[in-house]
Amino acid sequence: MTLSARDLAQGVLKRDRRSVARLMTAIENEDPESRAAISELYAHTGNAYTVGVTGPPGSGKSTLIGQLAKQYRKHGRKVGVIAVDPSSPFSGGALLGDRIRMQELSTDEGVFVRSMATRGNLGGLARSTAELVSVLDAFGCDIIFVETVGAGQSEVDVIKLADTILLVMAPGLGDDIQAIKAGIMEIGDVIVVNKADRENADRTMLEIKGALELDTERKEWSPPIVKTIATSNEGTEELVQKLEEHRSFLMKAGMGRRRIKGEIQLLEALKARLAEMVITDLRNDPDYENMIEKIASRQLNPYEAAITLVNKIIGKR
Amino acid sequence: MAKPGLNSHDRGAKVVARALRDAGMEVIYTGLRQTPEQIVETAVQEDVDALCLSILSGAHMTLFPKIMELMKKKDLDDVLVIAGGIIPEEDISQLKKIGIAEVFGPGTPTHVTVDYIRNNLKRKL
Repeated sequence: MTLSARDLAQGVLKRDRRSVARLMTAIENEDPESRAAISELYAHTGNAYTVGVTGPPGSGKSTLIGQLAKQYRKHGRKVGVIAVDPSSPFSGGALLGDRIRMQELSTDEGVFVRSMATRGNLGGLARSTAELVSVLDAFGCDIIFVETVGAGQSEVDVIKLADTILLVMAPGLGDDIQAIKAGIMEIGDVIVVNKADRENADRTMLEIKGALELDTERKEWSPPIVKTIATSNEGTEELVQKLEEHRSFLMKAGMGRRRIKGEIQLLEALKARLAEMVITDLRNDPDYENMIEKIASRQLNPYEAAITLVNKIIGKR
Repeated sequence: MAKPGLNSHDRGAKVVARALRDAGMEVIYTGLRQTPEQIVETAVQEDVDALCLSILSGAHMTLFPKIMELMKKKDLDDVLVIAGGIIPEEDISQLKKIGIAEVFGPGTPTHVTVDYIRNNLKRKL
């Protein structure tokens, strides 16, 4: 029984979990029908509060999300989680294990957890993730956590679409300096030092404080640093408080951030539509293979080829 | 890749999971001590094409029927279900009757499992 995209969208609005899951699959597979479904759901989105969770591998993000989800559940909120993990660049496959840390939540009706592989998506990752977030938003989630390792540009783009960015660090991973160098500190709205029972926890806190002090631009919101021990659920109540504080701060700041998000969404949708329209045609064009050969043998320059192609396409339409 | 009930270790499941990943599949690894309810809910949320049940404890005759019953209840008949681990030969025909498509015992070369999944998916990809 194949359901149309419209049926799936209706299913999502009727709170059917299977419809949610199947629509997510269609989106991940870049099924053109999923566009129609997302379109239909758009008016029902905008209620969810999104928290992007990033940080080096091994810092305890998944465990922390599990604990945060439980806290929010205690307050009667519906929680969505999207856990993004890298696909193998060699086989295209992926081992998605973030769920392990949240498995007890699987049977909670008020929680929906979905694992997602990056699929070498050439920049489409942020869009796919945003669309999955929209589905959970339309489904009725009050808060949606999006977890990524944040190792590459596309993963950072994913995080930027969140309302609040939670940066999870842990002592002794040796990544503190890396994070500072990479500028990841700049995007954190709330910073966590997890595994705070470890030896170097205080030193890590100091290093982070030091790095934040160097960042003179941000005056309106000063990222708080919270110590947690996710495995024993310590510090999570304080963390929830800080998240809620940032949320209030955002609401007072008004439409600003929503406009930025709105623009990012529009541009991403535009890029996707254009790419779709153009690349399919291109692959059917006999000239295409010819061009590739010439580029490979350095007879043709890809930048010029692109300009020629665009002019050709614009000319046609 | 799910391990229902009490299992002492998941070395085998991990080996198979990695082989499936190397064959280009996306494997949701759910860890040890999963209840039938957790496994089936995961299958729903992740919209899986195939479900691999790995068990060493000998409780398959109790747990697998429960799982298949829940799969049916949740309308997941189009998911390919296979099993592996310590499952005696004499139980295999019973398991097939309840919907487990195939059982892969210890020592099965991973490519056999990979090929089986590729060739027997119920859903069109």
